[in-house]
Amino acid sequence: MFKFLVSRILSIVPTLLLVSMMVFSLQQLMPGDPAKILAGEEQSPEVVAYFRAKLHLDDSLITRYGYWIKDVTSGDFGVSQRTEQPVLQLIGTKLPVTFELATLAMFFALLIGIPAGILSAVYRGSVIDHGVNVVALWGLSTPNFWLGILMILFFSVYLGWLPASGYVSPVDDLWGNLKTMIMPAFVLGNSIAAVIMRHTKSAMLGVLSSDYIRTARAKGLSEKDVIIKHALRNALMPVITLGALELGTLLSGAVLTEQIFSIPGFGKMLVDAVFNRDYLVVQGTVLVTACGYMFANVAADFAYFVVNPRLRR
Amino acid sequence: MVGLVVFSVQAQTLRIGLAEDPDVLDPTLARSFVGRIVFTSLCDKLFDIDEKLNIVPQLALSYDWSADNKAVTFKLRSNVFFHDGEIFDANAVKFNIERHKTLAGSNRKGELSLVSSVDVIDPLTVRFNLSAPFVPLLAQLADRAGMMVSPKAAKSEGDKFSQNPVCSGPFKFVERVAQDKIVLEKFNQYWDKGAVNFEKVIFQPIPDSTVRLANLKSGQLDFIERVATNDIEKLETDKKFKVSKITELGYQGITINVGKSEAAKKNALGKDARVRQAFELSLDRQGLIQVVMDNEATLGNQWVPPSNTFYAKGTPIVGRDINKARALLKEAGVTNPVVKLLTPTTSDAQRLALVIQAMAREAGFDVQIQSTEFATTLNMADQGDFDAYLLSWSGRADPDGNVYSFHACKQPLNYAGYCNQEVDALLNQSRTEKDTAKRKKYFDQVAAKVNADRPIIYLYHRNWLWAYNNKLQGVKNIPDGLIRTKGLKLAS
Repeated sequence: MFKFLVSRILSIVPTLLLVSMMVFSLQQLMPGDPAKILAGEEQSPEVVAYFRAKLHLDDSLITRYGYWIKDVTSGDFGVSQRTEQPVLQLIGTKLPVTFELATLAMFFALLIGIPAGILSAVYRGSVIDHGVNVVALWGLSTPNFWLGILMILFFSVYLGWLPASGYVSPVDDLWGNLKTMIMPAFVLGNSIAAVIMRHTKSAMLGVLSSDYIRTARAKGLSEKDVIIKHALRNALMPVITLGALELGTLLSGAVLTEQIFSIPGFGKMLVDAVFNRDYLVVQGTVLVTACGYMFANVAADFAYFVVNPRLRR
Repeated sequence: MVGLVVFSVQAQTLRIGLAEDPDVLDPTLARSFVGRIVFTSLCDKLFDIDEKLNIVPQLALSYDWSADNKAVTFKLRSNVFFHDGEIFDANAVKFNIERHKTLAGSNRKGELSLVSSVDVIDPLTVRFNLSAPFVPLLAQLADRAGMMVSPKAAKSEGDKFSQNPVCSGPFKFVERVAQDKIVLEKFNQYWDKGAVNFEKVIFQPIPDSTVRLANLKSGQLDFIERVATNDIEKLETDKKFKVSKITELGYQGITINVGKSEAAKKNALGKDARVRQAFELSLDRQGLIQVVMDNEATLGNQWVPPSNTFYAKGTPIVGRDINKARALLKEAGVTNPVVKLLTPTTSDAQRLALVIQAMAREAGFDVQIQSTEFATTLNMADQGDFDAYLLSWSGRADPDGNVYSFHACKQPLNYAGYCNQEVDALLNQSRTEKDTAKRKKYFDQVAAKVNADRPIIYLYHRNWLWAYNNKLQGVKNIPDGLIRTKGLKLAS
């Protein structure tokens, strides 16, 4: 298993290099001169020239990539051209925020998705199944921004229970942090819950009709044990895969959710950086996101080992 | 009891919702409008402006121009301290002006280009020597070019200064979490600390106007800027809030490529002033304001609003006249001219472009909207790759800041490519004249000439729209759209 994990981790390196090349060159295709955007409203020629020189914009693409990757490999991701804050520092402060949001969103998604999937499979064709399907369809088809605004208007403006937006660090105030994160995490987890529910249901249906379940029932095990201990454990395999893949959805969904709820996370930073042509921030953020995505896949591989004993042989 | 304590702590903090996240927090390098809102609480300037755009003292108490207008002497306020405890004096002014002029990437270099040197006369007297007379200097010093930072902190922090800016304003810097908040706290050694009524000011960037408003309504914020125009009507009827509407210093206009590139010669609009006049006559400004701005703007046809001292009354706003527009097109020998209107992708700009398209069609113009993200529009405008370009300007206190860079030959913001030697001469003369009445005459002539040539068709002046807790008192409605936190207080 150790050998397998090491080989999986090593395979990340060339992929990351490829990602770095892609993000760098794709960004150059973006229209507009970053020096002019960074120069602000006044468009002073000296300031435009300053940014052109600072960002090596007059050098070739390969030379510019060389400058950047050399700095990155030595741990220097540069500074944001807009705020002069170091990119690594920005990532360091934003990453835990988005991580918390994604974790809570996944928590909501699993909390809703798995039991709903089980119920739907066990009571297939019943009112419960149809009810769960309707809720799942609603979850899939509700846009984040719409649900977000509605929740803000209801829970913040009308009821006054939760803050409308913003972020409080859990270190400063844990309860305050949860109050700011409940709505965005629910909004973000909502659509994934529907996907998880559907996968759980189809996996459970497959498993519930298999021979070993029939055997378990024949042995006289209670229905609860059959479902939770035998069926669910096997049915969770595709759900774990899905969970890892949905991490990408969570991160991209976080872009919009963070924007609506003004959460200072990764997604919001990325959107702002793209519009401000803050190249170093975009490149650093995408690289770190790709890293996270790849490690999540390695983690999923690791989880297979834990859940499925056949892979450990 | 607990409730009282909570209220007391909250009452000491002023929470302001901003429409964007500010850029670098160093007045020398700063480039964004929203950054100026934060600086207004953080960094005092040599001068400020009041509601009527008069230059009023802040760190400088008075000014005295030399006879040839090539030097100006300032008397400075005594007993002023920077946030790090350092004293503010003439040497600090000299350091700051030189820093503005020499720091790599300084955005103030152009604003102070005519300041050739600074002499320290005594600790509280300083003289600026100019290479040519430049009256708008005072207005520049009432903005970021006049902001003073602690020389000691600037030297010791170097390129990290913006992460912990040290100025001499009513509030000092505590922390910044990018895209989340900027926290300032009361500066106890402030020279006018009696006017500072909050212990803390927290600026929170919330780009979505609906969410910004929701935060105000739910009590998370005390003050929000740039309220959406369609939310104003409801807010005005809500007794829990007050609304400020301030006519901006800037404008919304249509820049026309009259000489920026070869494209100008190929397009009827760029080639012929009569076609531009017809285009203007096809537009109903009042209609535009009603549909696009929900009536939250003032009609305009110049770079300053009609209420401004420097507005040229001899060049009045002309109403819509479709018949005259058609006649002018006929006279110019043009039928159904095609106009490619370069438009940023913001919803306001899109709406404006659509209404312009519909209005101009009635006079025979075929307006084709080229909708492109702002960064790209800037590039296209710079290369002259457009016929007409929807562009707004946030405005400056002195009219020079609204007109020189746009209409003088080869200036950086002259996207129209307009160049008229007479206009250049008049603009340069206006920079040398201290007397407002005489200076106004120069601008009157510039307005008449520019209005005839129409490199920019000015449409209207938007309102700065603020909404705030009705207990908040002392709000100053200054046309630069910057929130003065000094003097604000909550009614008991």
